[in-house]
Amino acid sequence: MKFKKNIATSDTGYIFNPGSGDSFSSNQIGTDLLSFFKEDKSRGEIIRLICAKYEVEKIQFEKDLDDFITQLRDHNLLEN
Amino acid sequence: MEKLRYERPIIRKLNAGLVNKFGTQARSEVVSHLEGASVKALIREYGSPLFVLSEQQIRRSYQNMSRIFKTRYPKVQFAWSYKTNYLNAVCRIFHQEGSWAEVVSGFEYEKALGNGVPGKMIIFNGPDKTEDQLVMAARNDSLIHIDHFDELYTLLRLSEEFQLKPRVAIRVNMDTGIYPKWDRFGFNFENGQAWNAINKITDSDRLNLVGLHCHIGTFMLDTNAYAIAASRLCELAWRIRDKHGKTIQYLDLGGGFPSTNTLKGSYLPGSDTVPTIDQFADAITSVILGFGFSKEELPLLILETGRAMIDDAGYLLGTVLANKRLSDGRSSTILDIGVNSLFTAFWYDHKVSPAQEGGQYTEETVLYGPLCMNIDVIRESVSLPLLNKGDHLVVHKVGAYNMTQWMQFITLRPNVVLLDHESHPKLIRKAETIESIESQEQIPEHLLINSLS
Repeated sequence: MKFKKNIATSDTGYIFNPGSGDSFSSNQIGTDLLSFFKEDKSRGEIIRLICAKYEVEKIQFEKDLDDFITQLRDHNLLEN
Repeated sequence: MEKLRYERPIIRKLNAGLVNKFGTQARSEVVSHLEGASVKALIREYGSPLFVLSEQQIRRSYQNMSRIFKTRYPKVQFAWSYKTNYLNAVCRIFHQEGSWAEVVSGFEYEKALGNGVPGKMIIFNGPDKTEDQLVMAARNDSLIHIDHFDELYTLLRLSEEFQLKPRVAIRVNMDTGIYPKWDRFGFNFENGQAWNAINKITDSDRLNLVGLHCHIGTFMLDTNAYAIAASRLCELAWRIRDKHGKTIQYLDLGGGFPSTNTLKGSYLPGSDTVPTIDQFADAITSVILGFGFSKEELPLLILETGRAMIDDAGYLLGTVLANKRLSDGRSSTILDIGVNSLFTAFWYDHKVSPAQEGGQYTEETVLYGPLCMNIDVIRESVSLPLLNKGDHLVVHKVGAYNMTQWMQFITLRPNVVLLDHESHPKLIRKAETIESIESQEQIPEHLLINSLS
């Protein structure tokens, strides 16, 4: 899973795909994840960081992380 | 460092376009308490899903409707429609308020007697009354509303045989301009069938024709249809007086007033489109008052309102079992509330509220029930905060028909709790168990041998 390099993201959760012209918004945790993806953090590290910052069980977050990646794929924001 | 509140990560495409003429998307109102009772605590105590009824709301609805009609017309009587919700506790609230009972089967008739309703205050409607039931109703001086000629002739024979003279009305169906026309119940007005039935009754001298009844439809959105129905019944009453010299004691306009639920396919919410009870009352009472009856002859107006009196008083509490992403990217949530409990999900887009605070983000989601059946959909699309497994939801306006039309299908029917006049929860129907269901079954002897052990 690779987040497209040309996607512009902001700290406030605004996302812009210059390739398609589509724009998106994300909640705070989604914004955190996008910045981790851009920094090429590993899955394990992302899980550790999120579980340290938010009140969530690891198992719950892992499921939601997979769902978020599915959403990114559906919106054509991942490299093929 | 204190951890932050968690919310599922979500990304949403922004669509530029025309501004929504109805304004921005409203945030889902959190309903964490019902009349002061905590949703979480109710579920902890009584399980999930859980039906909750509000006694205060039932009484408020009754008193409001009663006031609306009684300030417009001098003689009004409500009869609680048992099929709408025949939990005994519910029926007894209505009877305490002064409602008679309106029943449509022997089963409901027995329930009404069991709830202490005097026979003369039971209206016996419906196309299926056995001979035994007709005799019982006649002996109890109940109001028997005749549905068809076969029943009329049966009742004439029974009255002769048992030397009875029951009080009866006929149910009249008519064209009130609504579609579909409800002509399967009662005698038709336009083709003369109703008048024919009236003549048979009055000529026989074995039945005491005291009233005229109609029930023109359900979830009626046109007040004028009631004005037409009232006018037709007045016309018949007038003709009966002229031809037979008999004064009709009551006109029963039946039920059919809508609640403020939103019908599936509606563009606007029910609360914005449904006529008020005042408008229905105006339509009905102005016709009767203006028809020409003298003050002494004015018939009693009976109303069998069900749905509009109790829908608002019912809630169904449930719990999120899982979240799932569908193949087209849509979000879906699986609840422990299925269409087996929430039968009215087939008719309405029920209002659904989260029972706990969520973030500012919402997501369009499909709400599925827990049944392993494709039809088990509670809402096809609803905007809700990001729900997590274990979160609770409140489905609103479920008081009518669910606790009578629910099905024991795949899962068991849940507890029903009444928040009493002080908002204290009282269990009024216990959840089913496998024992309560299987107590009705019998296994033939040759099937008692277990070959798989």
